[in-house]
Order: sequence, then C-alpha cells, then structure tokens
Amino acid sequence: MCLAIPMRVKEIKNIFGELADPQVAVVDADGMEKEVRLDLADRIPEIGDYVIVHAGFAIHTLTEQEALINLQLMREMAAALPPDSEETP
Amino acid sequence: MKCASEFRARGITDALLRELAATVDRPLRIMEVCGTHTVSIFRSGLRSLVPEKLELISGPGCPVCVTPAGHVDAFVQAARKEDVIVATFGDLIRVPGSDGSLAEAGSEGATVEVVYSPMDALALAQNNPEKTIFFPAVGFETTAPTIAATILEANRLKIENFCIFAGCKIMPPPLVALMSDPMLNVDGLLCPGHVSAIIGADAYKPLAEKYHLPCAVAGFEPADIVAGLISLARQVVAGQARVENCYTRVVSDEGNSRARELMYTVFTEEDTQWRGLGLIAGSGLGLRRKFARFDAINKLQLDLKPVPEPKGCRCGEILQGHLLPPACPLYGRTCTPSRPIGPCMVSSEGTCAAYYRFSGDKHSVY
Ligand code: SF4
Repeated sequence: MCLAIPMRVKEIKNIFGELADPQVAVVDADGMEKEVRLDLADRIPEIGDYVIVHAGFAIHTLTEQEALINLQLMREMAAALPPDSEETP
Repeated sequence: MKCASEFRARGITDALLRELAATVDRPLRIMEVCGTHTVSIFRSGLRSLVPEKLELISGPGCPVCVTPAGHVDAFVQAARKEDVIVATFGDLIRVPGSDGSLAEAGSEGATVEVVYSPMDALALAQNNPEKTIFFPAVGFETTAPTIAATILEANRLKIENFCIFAGCKIMPPPLVALMSDPMLNVDGLLCPGHVSAIIGADAYKPLAEKYHLPCAVAGFEPADIVAGLISLARQVVAGQARVENCYTRVVSDEGNSRARELMYTVFTEEDTQWRGLGLIAGSGLGLRRKFARFDAINKLQLDLKPVPEPKGCRCGEILQGHLLPPACPLYGRTCTPSRPIGPCMVSSEGTCAAYYRFSGDKHSVY
C-alpha cells in the first residue's frame, strides 16, 4: 500500500552519529516523529522539505512549491472551474 | 503540507469531474494497474461519480495478488522450519497457498512477525542472533529498492542470519503482455503512482507508441485520479496516444535513478511466474550471485513447486481485467474478506476485497 501523504522533514541525522553511516530524516507523521532512511531519496532533503515514504524509506523529495505547481496543473485541467469557487481560501 | 488538503478539496475534484463528464463522448474502458488506485477509486466512490460511459477495470497491480500459490507454499515451508522467524508485510499473512497460510503456520506454533519496513526485519535478525530471519520479498519497483537497500545493509554489517525470498516483480513486462492480448480492449492506462516515481513517466512511452495506448501517470487523491482520467479521455477523443504525467509532485520523466541503481546492484531481471498471467520473461527480480547467501531457497532448502490455484477462484481473469468480482461464483458466498479463498480477497489492495468492502455488491451474480 502506497502512502501518498508527503511528510515534513524536521531533522537530518546519521544513524549511529558517524559521518559514513546512512542518513535518516526525522519526519512528522500524524503528530508523531518517525525516522525514515534516505538511502533511496532522489535528492537529500533539507529541513522543511517534504518526502514521500515507502516501507520506511524516502523515495522522493519535494518542496511545497512543487506540490503547488501540480495543483495549478489540475486547476488548468478543470477548465470549468469557476474563478471564485469554494476551494480558494 | 498545507496544500495537501487542497488536493482533497471538493472544489477541485468536483470541477475536474465536470470536465471529465464534458470530455467523455464515447464508451471508454480504462485500466488502473496499481492496487492503491483500486482502493482509492472504491473508497472515494469515484466509480459512481464518473460518467456512465467510462468503465474502470483493475489490472495486476496488487503485488500480493500476483504472487503465485507455489511461492506462498515456500513461505509457509520456511515458517515451519526450526529456528526461523518470518518477518513479513501484513498483507501477505493470510494469503492461502495450497497448504495453509503464514497465519495458519503461526497458529500452529511458527513465529510470524508483521513488519512495516524490510529494515525492521533486519533489526530482528540483529536482535535474535540464534534465529534465522526470513523475509518474503514481494512488491513492485517501489518496494524492490527498499529491499535492495536492506540487503546492502545486511552485507555491510555482515549479518548472516537474514534471508529473503526474492519475489519482487517489475511492471512494464506484464503490461506489455496484457496489451498484446487482443481480447482485452483497453482504451487507456492509468499508470501507477509510486512505481512511476522510481521508473519514471517515460517508461510507458514504448507502450503508448507500440500499442497506440494513451497513458496517464496519476497520484492517489480522487482529484489526481480524475485528472488522469481526463488526460486519457482527451487523448482518446483527439486520437492521440502519449504519456501524460499528472503527478508531477512525485513523478519525474526519468524517475529515481538512485533507487534503480541500488535495485539493480542487488537484483537482476529474470523470468517469473505471475498468478493469473503465467510466466513472463524478464519480469522478476532475482538476487545477483554476489548476494546469493541471502537467498532463502538455498539457505532454508525450500522446495519450489508449481501448485494449482485455489479451486473455483477466478483471480486470474480478474487480474487480467476480463471479469469483475461478482462474476466469480465464490464471491460473497464462500469467499469473503473474513474467510478469503483467493489472494484478491485477502489483500487490502485486492480487487475482490475492495469490491466487497466498498461497493454495494456483496453477492455473486450466480
Ligand atoms: S471472489 Fe474470492 S475466489 Fe473469487 S476471484 Fe475473488 S478472491 Fe478468488
């Protein structure tokens, strides 16, 4: 089962505190802190970035900006969307 | 992420649904090949919200469902060995082979632990040096790199009491096999979200070109899925067949090369058996010779035999998009989520289970 929700990175650390060790990111998952491995991340996240997590590993790093671009793409697809619909804050 | 909720806002989904209704001008059959899509489509009730002319069928996108019964038998054999702890993803535990399931082996005294990550299985190995930890590795391109990274870690830390059944599979070969089936008649392919994060949207280009098949990569929110469907409907109406990426926040055209590199450091492509689809050349991921000592078949002396699928179960045809669950005579009668007969009713991502849980249809048409 794929978890689609991007999780926000709070901290980056080395597993046993040594430089050569694999890195993990501490993320916020439903208010709980969780460590995810970064072995597979396409880009090592910075604090404040988001990661998509699968089976304990980050498989993709994104910024909030990238998610917004995707949202814009969908809005453009929905040509019928009235300009002042309820989803605009 | 603030905007995560915006993807779920009614405003955007409703507007996309209106656009979809305006685009679909002919009967369309769209196949989704990702178990998470299947579940999201059912859970959100999208099946009843899309235009009537649009038929949604599920393909072989649930890794547990395409694991042949013979492999499940090997997992159960491993569980019944002395001094073996099975560490498995939860979905696999109740899948019946020809001689019981991991859950049954567990109730007879075997140790079966559910893990969330293959790394948790490796931690079990570190904490139980007198036992051998067996991890049945099933999954597609999203899961395979996580297992590869775990094997590399086991290798680095010289952990010897850890082994896997190398049962991971890759997606493009079965899609080619399905699309070359003249009986299938699919007008468009909703490509998986997170498999594509690894293999990249471009991986579907040969499929789009060779079979003139519109493809759209989509995420898992209802709005994502409807956007994918709009892309497919627009392509069909325009007589085009491209790969459109509607999930740019996670999927790039070229995918995640780092994950693929790790995956192919540990695994190599080999022929493998798919439940319902048979043997597909180059569709499996076997361990490279360098990592052979982590191979459970040798280490635990597992006997891998082909066994017949459960009697009367139509999972094969369901996985190929030929049948819907109520067309199986066992559906809702002897086969329910609490007493599953086939894998499609066990896995939370299985088409029969999703159908049973979320559609009003609880009975076989027979
Ligand atoms: S309803 Fe049960 S027996 Fe029938 S195809 Fe689905 S899983 Fe197999």
